[in-house]
Amino acid sequence: MKVNDVILKTVVRMVVFIVLTFGMYLFFAGHNAPGGGFIGGLVLGSAIVLLYLTYDIETVHKGMPFDFKKVAALGVLLATGTAIGSLFFDAPFLTQTDGYFTIPILGEKHLSTVVLFEAGVALTVIGTLVTIILSISEDE
Amino acid sequence: MESLMIILVGILVAIATYLILSRSVFRVIMGTAILSHAVHLLLLTVGGLKKGDVPIIGQADEAFTDALPQALILTAIVISFAVTAFLLVLAYRMYLTNGTDDFSQLGGKSDE
Amino acid sequence: MIVAFSIMLPFIAAALIPFIYRRFKNIHLGWFVLVVPAVLFTLLASYIPRIANGETFVKTYEWIPTFGINITTYLDGLSMIFSLLITGVGSLVILYSIFYLSTKESLHHFYCYLLLFMGAMLGVVLSDNLMVLYVFWELTSVSSFLLIAFWHHRKASRAGARKAMIITVSGGVAMLAGFLMLYVASGTFSIREIIANLEVVQASALFVPAMLLVLLGAFTKSAQFPFHIWLPDAMEAPTPVSAYLHSATMVKAGIYLVARTTPIFGGHEVWFWTVSGVGILTLFWGSFNAVKQFDLKALLAYSTISQLGLIMSLFGLGSAALHLGYASDTVIYTQATFAALFHLINHSTFKGALFMMVGIVDHEVGTRDIRRLGGLMALMPFTFTIAVIGSFSMAGLPPFNGFLSKEMFFAATVNIMQLNIFSLDNFGLIFPVVAWIASIFTFVYCAIIVMRTFFGKIQPDRLEKPPHEAPIGMLISPYILITFVVGIFIFPNVLGHYILQPAMASIYPMFPSSEELTPHIAAWHGYINTELWMTFGVIVFGILLYRTLKKWRPMYQIFPQKYTFNAIYERIIGSGESYSSRITNRYMNGHLSYYFIYIYVFFIAVLAGYALYADVLSWDPSKDSAIEPYELILVFVMVFAAGAILFAKQRITVVLLNGVLGYSVAFFFVLFRAPDLALTQLVVESITTALFLLAFKYLPKIQPEKVSNSIKITKAMISIAVGATVTLIGLAVMNYDKFEPISAYFEDAYNLAGGKNIVNTILGDFRAFDTMLEVVVLFIAGLGVYTLIKLKAKKGDTDVESK
Repeated sequence: MKVNDVILKTVVRMVVFIVLTFGMYLFFAGHNAPGGGFIGGLVLGSAIVLLYLTYDIETVHKGMPFDFKKVAALGVLLATGTAIGSLFFDAPFLTQTDGYFTIPILGEKHLSTVVLFEAGVALTVIGTLVTIILSISEDE
Repeated sequence: MESLMIILVGILVAIATYLILSRSVFRVIMGTAILSHAVHLLLLTVGGLKKGDVPIIGQADEAFTDALPQALILTAIVISFAVTAFLLVLAYRMYLTNGTDDFSQLGGKSDE
Repeated sequence: MIVAFSIMLPFIAAALIPFIYRRFKNIHLGWFVLVVPAVLFTLLASYIPRIANGETFVKTYEWIPTFGINITTYLDGLSMIFSLLITGVGSLVILYSIFYLSTKESLHHFYCYLLLFMGAMLGVVLSDNLMVLYVFWELTSVSSFLLIAFWHHRKASRAGARKAMIITVSGGVAMLAGFLMLYVASGTFSIREIIANLEVVQASALFVPAMLLVLLGAFTKSAQFPFHIWLPDAMEAPTPVSAYLHSATMVKAGIYLVARTTPIFGGHEVWFWTVSGVGILTLFWGSFNAVKQFDLKALLAYSTISQLGLIMSLFGLGSAALHLGYASDTVIYTQATFAALFHLINHSTFKGALFMMVGIVDHEVGTRDIRRLGGLMALMPFTFTIAVIGSFSMAGLPPFNGFLSKEMFFAATVNIMQLNIFSLDNFGLIFPVVAWIASIFTFVYCAIIVMRTFFGKIQPDRLEKPPHEAPIGMLISPYILITFVVGIFIFPNVLGHYILQPAMASIYPMFPSSEELTPHIAAWHGYINTELWMTFGVIVFGILLYRTLKKWRPMYQIFPQKYTFNAIYERIIGSGESYSSRITNRYMNGHLSYYFIYIYVFFIAVLAGYALYADVLSWDPSKDSAIEPYELILVFVMVFAAGAILFAKQRITVVLLNGVLGYSVAFFFVLFRAPDLALTQLVVESITTALFLLAFKYLPKIQPEKVSNSIKITKAMISIAVGATVTLIGLAVMNYDKFEPISAYFEDAYNLAGGKNIVNTILGDFRAFDTMLEVVVLFIAGLGVYTLIKLKAKKGDTDVESK
């Protein structure tokens, strides 16, 4: 069954771009404004799911050749890794640190290791979300 | 408002419990979904309502609302999503293996 | 540092085994494993001179300091003996096992368990903290379970493993209770500190109960009467394991515990009579039963029980000296303890050698049944030598080390009669008499081992394989052991000075000089002493009884099978199983709704019941914030949506109504100043709805519930009760104002965690541990979904367990 869904596909292509940008914004804004790893991950994940629902799996897979189980695993590794990492600096488990750095062009910026931890959270959320939806929809 | 919210939570919990007690696996899953909504509202309410502004520093001068329940709920939302997904798939497998979605037909020890 | 390393090394090595096993497939894994105990033995042995000078080594690593639980390693004379035995016999056993177990066996499991055991056992003897000791103690039980069940396709192995586990672990739990009582009485878990504050502990009402519970742990572990029944069944394990765990080390953990706690409990009458009484009874019962065995390994098992009883009783006798206190004429009673330590080492040497000998016979001939064996002397001369030296030493004959310790044992039992404490003037005679009779039986079974296996006529048609001498590799370890058997006889005082004397100092810390506690060991001390005549008597009567064995053997049949300890054990376990399954089946009927009802009724009864009982329910709406009209509308929307779900006929309606609920919750989050939550809830709700719609493809349509009205009413009542309980408790919680909320702390987020979004700093920093684990849970759920869908059960999986 072939449905004429040109409009859907065109709209989704634009929407996904906006949603992805919004998701990235939410992820980075998280420390000082509403947002963060969970929300960012959820929004990014749902954008990817939207792509999968509109186009078929093969098409999307060509553009994004990731195994999302591995993305989730990478996220878990990153989250626990930053936690363990603090032990090497003689600090208690999960200690986060932050500071101000001067970066060329961007000027003085506030950087924090929490971002790494949050990235782990976000990757896990994305990976799990897409894995769940894909495995349910793939099964015949 | 707090009392009203808690009564609302009570009603939701009662309905969720009724659904969980039913035989159909789909209703049970629905029951758990409603139960998690109820619990999220309960957590938020017992932290106190309208005590202050959004818990983001620099947005307002007055007091903040309690941020701790919010953090708890945030994790709970994501977990309950994962659990719901898991339960759905479990139900699917159960239906596939046993050919029924009725718990009352699954009971018994005939296969042991 | 080195001591803690000794405990850690086996565990680390055990973790590395899978990698080594995969990398070097064609080299026997045992060669790699052998390095561990060999290195540890050398390391520990390098401490001998300093330990002999009276030094001890203590190092503390904090674990749970608030409860006084620290990992304190403690190396003194007593731990030295045991750790040398563990690593020394361990090296020899692993060397032996390389030739005993073929590479076809699952060696990686075997050596992993063995190393696990070694580490646990070192942990037991090198820990000063009772809680840490307990953890390692149970770990030895677990690894012993795994090793006994190594050939898990055999039913007897599994049964033996279970029996050993049940008995030793229940003893271990009793011991834990005893340790806790000691903690209550003394306020510390450290054995050294308890000994330093003895008066407080001894004055406590918990002193005797704690003592008996600790002894229960020791007796079950060391297979003392009547808990000895697990040891013969544990012989289903591969022979290296029997030689290592069930004769040289693990069963001596109970002995170690008794020795270690002697300074605390010794000197009390109950301790004296329990330890020495149970010990001497075990000595007799073990040797008496060993004679009737046909399986060589079972015979050795009973002989181990008997010898453990001997050592145990000696520790009991030696504790009398603590009651008397230090004086020049009381030192003689400490000699019992000295003999115990001495025999402990001797037993490990000769019994280890004997087990390896039986393993060789089994390996080369294919049977261990003495009715089928015989005449192997000419065919297996080297193995025969091991058997002769080991058995003679066990029987207490010169010129082997068993003779020395047996003589000291006799001397100790004779000496104890001179005491007039603990009603010993009336009952003291029991000890030398029982000891002497038991030794005659010991002589008889030693004779059976040698004569039935190696003398007489060979019966080639009843053997599995044509008999021949063992490969040289299998002979190395037992030969090293019998070298010790002879060597210790010739130079006993080297051992006495360097090894036993510091251990005596650990057992009698209140006695001023351990020098005085170390007697000069001599093989010959004149004609006129009782112990020599006792030995003569043992030999004469032993030969007599062996010659007439056929005539009195039927005596064993008199005792009815129904009343053996094994039968009693089986009956207890059997009836326990059948009763519990009957009770469980009554309420676990397989219907999920019943289980939910149990849970809910319990929930209502406990929470609502307690709230009513404690009268904590209160409702004070005066402090509530104002209700805006749009909030009221939202509340009604939610109530209607939820109520409508109950009556919905189509599942799409149900899902959409649930969506209404979810979005309403998101609105509430907006209203109640929770932007993060509102965002998350909106996204999650959309995805959940999509998920439900996707799942509809596979799930059947919902049917109206076909249940009677009475069931519906019951369900409704339970639901309303649950909802009411939640409401009432929630309202009561709202009014609870006995302490300040802790959230004020988090409001300093910008200084503490460098973030302005408080919710997010809690997630990413203050409570990041929760978040980290939540991420893990999320991942597991995702994997669960994936595997549930992708993994289909393979057909034709067979059950490997034999019935």
